[in-house]
Amino acid sequence: MSRLFTVRNVVVVALLIFLALVPFFAVLTGNAFLTTLFTRIVILAIAAVSLNLIMGFGGMVSFGHAAYLGIGGYAVGILAYEKVTSAFIQWPVALVACAIFALITGALSLRTRGVYFIMITLAFAQMIYYVGVSLDRYGADDGLTIYTRSQFAGLINLSNRTVFYYFCFACLMGTIYLVWRMVNSRFGMVIQGARSNDRRMRSIGFPTYRYRLVCFVIAGVLCGLSGVLLANQADFISPATMHWTRSGDLIVMAVLGGMGSVIGPVMGAVALLVLEETLPHIIGAVGGFVTGKSMVAAKEYWALILGPMLLLVVLFARGGIDGLLRRFGRD
Amino acid sequence: MLLFIEQSLNGLQLGLLLFLLAAGLTLVFGIMDLVNLAHGSLYMLGAYFAATFAALTGSFVGAIFLALFATLLVGMAVELIALRRLYGRDHLDHVLGTFGLILFSNEMVRLIWGPAGMNLPLPPWLNVPLQILPGVYYPSYRLLIIAVALFVAVLLYLVVMRTRIGMLIRAGASNREMIGALGINIKLLYTFVFGIGAALAGLAGMMQAPILTVQIGMGENILILAFVVIIIGGIGSIRGAFVAAILVGLIDTVGRAFLPDVLKLFLSNSAASTAGPALSSMLIYLVMAVILVMRPEGLFPAASK
Repeated sequence: MSRLFTVRNVVVVALLIFLALVPFFAVLTGNAFLTTLFTRIVILAIAAVSLNLIMGFGGMVSFGHAAYLGIGGYAVGILAYEKVTSAFIQWPVALVACAIFALITGALSLRTRGVYFIMITLAFAQMIYYVGVSLDRYGADDGLTIYTRSQFAGLINLSNRTVFYYFCFACLMGTIYLVWRMVNSRFGMVIQGARSNDRRMRSIGFPTYRYRLVCFVIAGVLCGLSGVLLANQADFISPATMHWTRSGDLIVMAVLGGMGSVIGPVMGAVALLVLEETLPHIIGAVGGFVTGKSMVAAKEYWALILGPMLLLVVLFARGGIDGLLRRFGRD
Repeated sequence: MLLFIEQSLNGLQLGLLLFLLAAGLTLVFGIMDLVNLAHGSLYMLGAYFAATFAALTGSFVGAIFLALFATLLVGMAVELIALRRLYGRDHLDHVLGTFGLILFSNEMVRLIWGPAGMNLPLPPWLNVPLQILPGVYYPSYRLLIIAVALFVAVLLYLVVMRTRIGMLIRAGASNREMIGALGINIKLLYTFVFGIGAALAGLAGMMQAPILTVQIGMGENILILAFVVIIIGGIGSIRGAFVAAILVGLIDTVGRAFLPDVLKLFLSNSAASTAGPALSSMLIYLVMAVILVMRPEGLFPAASK
């Protein structure tokens, strides 16, 4: 705790500096795709951090977190389709919609525990998914193309790749700061206390249900922000954004990175998405080297490696990447 | 009225298929305390095995038996290699680990069978409509599904309630240390139970195969339905799974068939035709939410641990 220069801290700072400099690397390497990729990573990192707030600190394993990505995204998409492009209208509508959805579903879900909680959050997300599928006016299954990104009355131009990246990066930093402050506040202590022993917390006089509900709503709103950004980044929103496997991806990011810390999920998001992007190439290269033949076809099968890797992380690397780094520093 | 009978039978058939999936899921959960998201992959594997064996042997019934045996073996292998290490861990670890297994098995299937789907053609003797009531015809294959699933349900009940192995299974569910201390090879029992669950899931997949296409990811949506079933029924309870499966099957099928028409009584035609499909897809999740709010442990909570 007291040492500042642990391996883990150095890695965290290096990661943040790297993220802050991504557009420069893109210019240096002449690879504009780098910024696009990392914009996506940063946006999904916001979602993973928000999920970790309820999952890692609150012990509320939500398997329906992608619903907020969809609600945020559809709020932007639908308003843009109806010719309302001002961010000052779009964004509050999106976030309030997420808050209302989180309040209603949270109030019902928090009555249950354990696996029942996992499954009821999944059920609510499935409901929203089918609402998306049935929106005939807004593209239904095929999704909705967003022709104009959110307009900040000329103040911020989200269509500029670099500006958009730094905007998302600032949102991520804001989210991390907010969650960090929250976790270390009295509020956060109650939430963590309720995770360890809900009955004891209640008997010393904390209405834990209300605390947990507020925490659930905050996480939903933060994830809604991520959804708003994601829709702007892709210029597109479809029900697939809310598919339950997407919620699974978010859980993977949080657990892979490490649920014990606020910054863990960021590492998880970077690791997972970078792997997704590079594994096909690695497989192709290694396969080609070993067999001496072109292994272009093998590139498709990257999930063959990723799946067992997840299993290995669960089995042998408890605490995720962050946990590993901490252990590494101690020895 | 004819439509109603037909849709009810369809609902019953879907419900019984869900029961086959949910039975394995709830057994594994009740006894090993394992949340197995990869259960849908076993369903998919069952269908692929059946389609492959049918193409190789040319016999539908033979293919079903071979595929059953193959899914049993795969299930036991997966348990031995990977899942056994997850027992006693946090549920979150189960979700994550088995999510990884889904990714793996989808890719594996793509590698072996290719990205295109497969078909399992029905033999001619199963492909005839039968007259079940005067003037009411129903496909014989769907009747066969109902019969087989009911038979399996009864068999499962008898095995669990009336045999020595069933007694061990029930004992393992209520106190695993104790039956280990009594000299039962608990690891073997777990592997066996998992294999049975896998075979049941595979059976559901291969029976569904002639109706739908056999394709990658076919197990994922029905897996969610199976989870809804075991949650409504109460985790670990086979009786609950049976009741809930029939309930979910009927509500889903009948809701899809009639809800749009019912809505037209209250709403304008265009509003009803938009809201109808959405509402009927959401219906079972609504039912689940209501049941969980009223009874947070499901309809038939397993005996307290």
